[in-house]
Amino acid sequence: MADTATLRRTPLYSAHVKWGAKMVPFGGWEMPAQYSSIIEEHTVVRERVGLFDISHMGEVLVAGPNAERVLNHLLANDARKIAVGQAQYTLMCNEHGGVIDDLIVYRLEPSVYLLIINASNIETDFAWMNAHASASAVFENESDKTAALALQGPNAARLLADAAAQVPHFHIARLDVLGKRCWVARTGYTGEDGFELLCDAADAVELWNTLLARGREFGIQPCGLGARDTLRLEMCYPLNGSDMTKDTTPLEAGLGKFVVFDKGEFIGRDALFLQKEKGVARKLVAFKMVDKSPPPRSHYPIVAGARKIGEVTSGTQSPTLGIGIGMGYAETGCAQTGSRIEIQIRGKNHPAVIEDKPLLKKARVDT
Amino acid sequence: MNIPKDLKYAKTHEWVRVESNITVVGITDHAQQELTDIVYVELPTIGAQIEAAKECAVVESVKAATDIYAPVSGEVVAVNDELSHAPELLNEDPYGKGWMFKVKISDPSELNELLSPDDYAHHVGA
Repeated sequence: MADTATLRRTPLYSAHVKWGAKMVPFGGWEMPAQYSSIIEEHTVVRERVGLFDISHMGEVLVAGPNAERVLNHLLANDARKIAVGQAQYTLMCNEHGGVIDDLIVYRLEPSVYLLIINASNIETDFAWMNAHASASAVFENESDKTAALALQGPNAARLLADAAAQVPHFHIARLDVLGKRCWVARTGYTGEDGFELLCDAADAVELWNTLLARGREFGIQPCGLGARDTLRLEMCYPLNGSDMTKDTTPLEAGLGKFVVFDKGEFIGRDALFLQKEKGVARKLVAFKMVDKSPPPRSHYPIVAGARKIGEVTSGTQSPTLGIGIGMGYAETGCAQTGSRIEIQIRGKNHPAVIEDKPLLKKARVDT
Repeated sequence: MNIPKDLKYAKTHEWVRVESNITVVGITDHAQQELTDIVYVELPTIGAQIEAAKECAVVESVKAATDIYAPVSGEVVAVNDELSHAPELLNEDPYGKGWMFKVKISDPSELNELLSPDDYAHHVGA
């Protein structure tokens, strides 16, 4: 994507500006980074309910009698396991097993699947899918006519009680939400209960405004990408483009359970199978700083015993844990849970410890 | 946008309060609004010699690390220890409890290079 290309805007751009958002470039889009404070918005999601504009993400429909077969060839997880109305996290890999994108597949109807893909990859993913379809299927890029809002937090199910009753965790259904026809998915990227609402682009502004009005009694606030990042990082959800790239595999990222080898051929299978046999040379670990320190950030070296053993891919100050946290690839030999490491920040080594994911331990079961 | 009348300002958004030959330094309301969510502050060490217009401290917000530039040259004679356990003071009270460090100025003429409150207001488009 050319740097000089104009940034795209979602249907909610004016609403964001009206709400006082700081707008920043993200994946080719002009998006709200924050409205008040990242820490405040993060806390609102953990304790009450936050509303995010995720309309920049892509929506692709794959349909037809071959849809399941085609998806199973393009994606690493097993599409045969997805019941109608169910969602599945999966990865699209290249021939080397490198990650092109991570995404959620929703089976809307027996032969109709909805893929929600990352904003920066919409056109390239769509082109890849069309070019590599192993059989004929209908591919439709619905991104331009679809808006999406994420409503996340313990009060989300109280605000949308009907949807909560009708849509179980990791499922999707077509419902009326506050007067708008939506696909309602009980999925999210924050680690909290909540919904991702897909509606016509033309309905986005009204739905946004109605949710913020009706949500007032539940303590709702609009939340930006800054909080979205701190929330997902506490849960160790990878960010495509940072924690995963075309040069890293799902196995290195610790996502082996989403790669199904015995379902048959899929793009990247051979390379991944070989890697599984050999063992991975590096692993995406999660770590917590030991003492108060500057926040860890992307590209900071990870050091063990005076030797660089890897690099941070994502880092921040965790609002909920009150300490620096991050993820990064480290040599497998040095990547055990409990290992003491150091993060090099402006030439000084700060102690950290590798922990199991997620860094934020929650009582509920999360994907 | 708060721009107190009794301070002088650097174009790089630091403020200076002159108390005889000691100056107190911090970041402006404009700066803290841009940064938001300050989570860590790296201050110069007491005794350090700092040089006007050179980086002398770092402020970290959730999103990014930002260099702070010395508005005047001299010796650092005090730093605000409160900031190590309450970095958010920079956001909450940038001209009061959020003061960062004090400098014994080596060249008082440097104060003339700093901006007046009106000039700083103009500089940030306030």
